Amino acid sequence: MEELIEKLKKEVIEQLNLEEISPDDINPDSPLFGEGLGLDSIDALELIVLLEKNYGIKIEDPKDGKKIFYSIRTMAEYITEHKK
Amino acid sequence: MNLHITSYCQIHDKKVVVNDRFIFYMENFLNFADFLKAVYKQEAISYPKFFKMDSLSKLGFLATELVLREKPIGRYCSEEVGIVLSNASASLDTDIIHNDSVKDKSHYFPSPSVFVYTLPNIVIGEICIKNKIKGENAFLVSEFFDGTLFENYVQNLFINEGTAACICGWVELLGNNYNALSMLIEREENMEKTGNQPPWNLPFTAENLNQLIIRN
Amino acid sequence: MRPVYTIADNIITSLGFTTGENLASIENGCTGLKKVIDPLLYPEPVILSRVDQIKLNVLFEELLAKYDKKTPAAFYTRLEKMFLLSVADVLYQSKADPRDKRMILVISSTKGNIDLLEDRFKATFNHRRLYLWEMARIVASFFEFKNPPVIISNACISGLVAIITAARMIGNGRFDQAIVAGGDIASEFVISGFQSFQALSPVNCRPFDRDRKGLSLGEGSGALLLTSSPDDTAHQPVLFSGGSVTNDANHISGPSRTGEELALAISRAMTSAGISPTEVDYISAHGTATLYNDEMESKALDINVLNKVPVNSYKGYWGHTLGAAGVIESVSSIASLRNDRLYRSEGYENPGISVPLNVLRYHESKKLTTCLKTASGFGGCNAAIVFQKS
Repeated sequence: MEELIEKLKKEVIEQLNLEEISPDDINPDSPLFGEGLGLDSIDALELIVLLEKNYGIKIEDPKDGKKIFYSIRTMAEYITEHKK
Repeated sequence: MNLHITSYCQIHDKKVVVNDRFIFYMENFLNFADFLKAVYKQEAISYPKFFKMDSLSKLGFLATELVLREKPIGRYCSEEVGIVLSNASASLDTDIIHNDSVKDKSHYFPSPSVFVYTLPNIVIGEICIKNKIKGENAFLVSEFFDGTLFENYVQNLFINEGTAACICGWVELLGNNYNALSMLIEREENMEKTGNQPPWNLPFTAENLNQLIIRN
Repeated sequence: MRPVYTIADNIITSLGFTTGENLASIENGCTGLKKVIDPLLYPEPVILSRVDQIKLNVLFEELLAKYDKKTPAAFYTRLEKMFLLSVADVLYQSKADPRDKRMILVISSTKGNIDLLEDRFKATFNHRRLYLWEMARIVASFFEFKNPPVIISNACISGLVAIITAARMIGNGRFDQAIVAGGDIASEFVISGFQSFQALSPVNCRPFDRDRKGLSLGEGSGALLLTSSPDDTAHQPVLFSGGSVTNDANHISGPSRTGEELALAISRAMTSAGISPTEVDYISAHGTATLYNDEMESKALDINVLNKVPVNSYKGYWGHTLGAAGVIESVSSIASLRNDRLYRSEGYENPGISVPLNVLRYHESKKLTTCLKTASGFGGCNAAIVFQKS
């Protein structure tokens, strides 16, 4: 799980063009949206693309996004559960 | 009504010029994004959203930031500042990236953060967001920069549409070809006087616009 | 600024190749939106409004013959054919002379010939046609326009900005007449992009409705003739009374939450027109049927005390036609004024915005003088125009 979390941090930074942020800056349990990384609605959609592109997981209902993308850890847990 | 170009920034041919002063030059860079990043860093522009922009928006954004550094528009109300930009390639540079993401049906991943930049007026959007500009705005496309069209269009904004200051210019990018000229236009009576030296300025005429784009 | 009138127009969409044909279809309650299965456009079924390909080609061949052109039809792209037919119709109605140096062509398009990026077109069309100025040049040179066309590419408000630009250039005396033409095609490029935004509705779009699930895309073209002198015309001249463009300065894809900046464009357009909100008889809204646009638009109308004025969106008939939208929806709004006829906002059943609006449920006849047309687009841009019967 920790390995996946580190991998995810790097992927999120790359997919969302978070140029000035390093993996160490991201706390896996902190909320991704709200304060912190300052992600917006386009970033939320990009995370859906990330899941599909890198892990083959398609999110059918975008409303589930809020729970899945709450933090890096919740993302990692979702991937572990659903990865094909 | 006497309008003046009170500040300009041109980014072209590996260099950045502001009001006839060379402020940046980079002989070698691997790709254009590196060049823009170097300018961003040297000029200590602190705006993380910059890195989410496509290259066209980065180019137009940077050129305009440097103009507004010279001549801040804080004293104007948001609604009375306008922005009119133009280019030849619209958003083709990013269009190609989006197209590439949907060409191969076995690897089909269109990205919203790319797609949103497949409209040339987004560069106007980015500049408006950073500088809280809410007034008249438009993006025009033409094969070459049209000083006559700009003179008529922008003058009309000042005379009839409540515009008190206007950013205008040319932001062109396709692959390795880039040329950006961003200018601030103000009324003569609103020009800031700095000490004994008259600040850099040029009367806002089609002739001066057409000359400026090839000056550097 | 001298008065500016519109005296001739055209609409080309799934519902017809003239303004009259489109209005007749709308009068009969037809929608051009349908489920399309075309792997060349999108891997799954998608709701679209598409122009009849066969009829487009037949009409275009007739146009070439009429203008005695030797260039084969295959030389022209699909979008160029639409533009040419729209402009030709307006020229025919008005007898205007494109070769007059006091005439300007203003083109509105968000993506132009973007389908030419696809591999299947690489061999048939020169990549120069991807440039909007080259596409515009093809259209302009067909009719021998003297002045190089002005091209607006400003997301979904392109059409309104093009009309406003043309009207201002006539108003301040730079030109005497203008043909404003807007157009965009439904393409894999655009459909895939909007899908990545999860913005497309799985059913026909439902502007302002409680159950709306996003927008539906469409394609088409349209044209308007604007002039400073409305003599010798069959149509009743309608005035372009005022127009304004603003920016939210908030987000590049999401609209402002307050609607203040669209409200500003609306109030400026009304001030330019010298009218108060009580004089607005009808509002032709942008109404894309996304959750956020319709909500924002309702707030903007409320700020201007316009929430009781009959309002509709044409997106339920034609889909969102992007660069064509501002032009064709202005044409149908102008026709509403001329005919004293309001059209139902197709797709609307139950109110779905926090500020109640008077959304038209049925077609109705009513004396109309003044119409407000609005639009908003990616990049945070907003535009509003006031049209009035003269």
